[in-house]
Amino acid sequence: MSGLQVAWFIVLGALLAGYVILDGYDLGIGLWYLFTRKEDDRRALLRVIAPHWDANEVWLITAGAAVFAAFPMVYATVFSGLYLALMLVLFALIFRAVSIEFAPHNVSPRWNTFWSRAFGIGSALPALLFGVAMGNVLRGLPMDSSGNFAGNFFTLLNPYSLVTGLAGLALFAMHGGLFAQLTLKDDQARRAREWTHSSWDRYLLLYMSLFAWTAAAQPQITANYQLMPALWLLPALTLAGIILTGIYNDRNNPKTAFILSSISIATLFATIAAALFPNLVPAINPDGKSLTISNASSSPLTLSIMLGVTIAGMALVLVYTVWVRRSFKGGGDY
Amino acid sequence: MATGLCPPLSALCCSQGGKLIDTVLLSRIQFGFTAGFHFIFPPLTIGLAWFIFGMMTHYRKTDSDSDRDMVRFWIRMLATTFVVGTATGIAMEFQFGTNWAGYSRFVGDIFGAPLAIESVVAFFLESTFIAVLVLGWDRVSQKMLWFASMMVAVGSTISAFWILVANSWQQTPAGYTITSGHARLTSLTQAVFTDSMWPRFFHTLDGALATASFFVMGISAAYLLRNKNTSFAKSCLAAGVVIAFITSLGQLATGHVHARQVARTQKAKLAAIEGLYDTQRRAPMIIVGIPVPGKENTLSLVEIPKLLSYMAYGNTNAKVKGLRDFPEDQRPPVLPTFISFHVMVGIGGAMIGLSLSGLYLLWRKQIYRHKWFLRAAVIAIPLPFIANEVGWVTAEMGRQPWVVYGVMRTNEAASTNVPAGQTLFSMLMFIVVYAFLFLAWLYMLRREYLYHLGQSKVRQEVKA
Repeated sequence: MSGLQVAWFIVLGALLAGYVILDGYDLGIGLWYLFTRKEDDRRALLRVIAPHWDANEVWLITAGAAVFAAFPMVYATVFSGLYLALMLVLFALIFRAVSIEFAPHNVSPRWNTFWSRAFGIGSALPALLFGVAMGNVLRGLPMDSSGNFAGNFFTLLNPYSLVTGLAGLALFAMHGGLFAQLTLKDDQARRAREWTHSSWDRYLLLYMSLFAWTAAAQPQITANYQLMPALWLLPALTLAGIILTGIYNDRNNPKTAFILSSISIATLFATIAAALFPNLVPAINPDGKSLTISNASSSPLTLSIMLGVTIAGMALVLVYTVWVRRSFKGGGDY
Repeated sequence: MATGLCPPLSALCCSQGGKLIDTVLLSRIQFGFTAGFHFIFPPLTIGLAWFIFGMMTHYRKTDSDSDRDMVRFWIRMLATTFVVGTATGIAMEFQFGTNWAGYSRFVGDIFGAPLAIESVVAFFLESTFIAVLVLGWDRVSQKMLWFASMMVAVGSTISAFWILVANSWQQTPAGYTITSGHARLTSLTQAVFTDSMWPRFFHTLDGALATASFFVMGISAAYLLRNKNTSFAKSCLAAGVVIAFITSLGQLATGHVHARQVARTQKAKLAAIEGLYDTQRRAPMIIVGIPVPGKENTLSLVEIPKLLSYMAYGNTNAKVKGLRDFPEDQRPPVLPTFISFHVMVGIGGAMIGLSLSGLYLLWRKQIYRHKWFLRAAVIAIPLPFIANEVGWVTAEMGRQPWVVYGVMRTNEAASTNVPAGQTLFSMLMFIVVYAFLFLAWLYMLRREYLYHLGQSKVRQEVKA
């Protein structure tokens, strides 16, 4: 295991956390879109994410390409192994992207209904499936001795991963409700606060259940934590972040709540990363080959070039993203 | 489990004993279809982005309402096209892992890098600034809008660069060694700047500009035919004609350079493109003809003696290697390679002819009076799109049977553990979904066109 491989493990975690913090809110808003009936309210929700969703989704594309470049064995195994699940995510994202562009055009009631549903379902399905995928990776996948996925689509739908899926859905819904409050006003903002509150309730419950379930009955996930008990600080911080998010939301301070929610997503990814390390895809069966940062990575040359490009490039991306978002806000009268 | 999902489909794929349709073939069809579909959009996006940058530069000087309406019209066209390109582009990245796991494992050390660089340096730029360009008109300064238009053009061009780096490495691999069954990067600069990279980049980029110029020319001509938006349409038509001519000629020049590089680095591909079976000096170039299916022979109706030797190597006496001198398992499929190439060249000729006559009419200041030209310009809108597609078919068919030329065969590249039923399912889904997207895209473009013709109902936009 080299320092480069460890650095890439961290970069990958950061890219995924960045994706969930950013695209998480617009997937969450897509979910609330399904429950919004009035045309004006729907438009208001689209307006919230219209300038951001595309750049947010690039985080996913970047994370995917980074896995390809840095850990090609993981890319090949996970993408081919989870074929059907990924195709579902793909079709959902395709419809979602196009519907944001097409839905606002008043062509006919049927056109509006179709693209609105496409947008809502196209947001909800990935939100759910990302959580399911995360749960499966944490728990371990059935692997053969050469590091290929040895299960099928239904192996993925185990109870643990379904609960992580629901937790993910609740998290995205909460995060989306918070972001919506940052730009919406009056009644619409009040409704978004209620959404946030109700999804926060569920997320907190699911998070604590998962925590108990994992600590009590999933020893393979907590192995690192047994070795280094200080790591328990990470899930504890996440829990604190979630609780504070809810408190600040109820106090009608969505800005602080959104920041806290973003921090709790970052610590959640740190929690997951601490459990996985040095595995990327652990095998759940003892005779299966786990993919680790040592046996699945690219050559040191590729890793070092791509580390430089990614860190410098993402720093630049962050700079102009902040700049554009600020100038876009036009003094906060959004 | 696909058996559970769609039993009849699985039964078709996996009939007892042998497979009727195997996963490799299905994956090839799916990848070819999705890539071909995706490739409709980026050339128009790239070319149009540069047009819009030009218009924004002009608008900054004039600050006139009519110029603003003009550029915003093209920005709507760009936005509609861009989103379909983005949506279908994600599918391309996913499929290397889902369908071509063998390939991803073998070349991941080299091939993942350009895709990741493309994401980091190009996709973020495009997607961040296109939002400003489309939605920022009431919120940011004119200078920032202009800057955003430049970033969209630059970003989409950088994106094309890295995709062509990746694809050119498949054509003419360099900068790697093979150790324990995997290609390993030895030199980034060699792997990036391969033999075919620059010719293919300029040929594709120029094709993108040609695509956009015929698009701009055709839509402006349609407005002029109906006598609507005439001042805007006249200036766009003029710009379109001039750039269409330059870029069409540019296709001839870059195409020639690219062909000479193919002659040097991919001799079997050249032979398939030209339908040449017998190795010979003073090889003729077939102008009208067709490879006879099932026979190692090309029917030649019109040919120019010695031209192939001259064009490929600059010497009429040069020896050109024919297909018969390649082992059968190293020959590309001749018929599709030959046909696609010749269709491309034919369309290129038509593009030069049309844009040249437009240029002449423009010079004589008669262009707006000649309805035949305006009609032809409308009809010609799809031509560069078709040329892009068949050119891509030539490039990728001519590369077969290799996925990495001379290094890895296509049939070794596919995922081995994806059931054929699942691949068939996803392939059919892609066909249905993309057909629907294509119609929706055309419908949206037409709506935008009619709206500016004053014929469509009031449109509501998402405003940031």
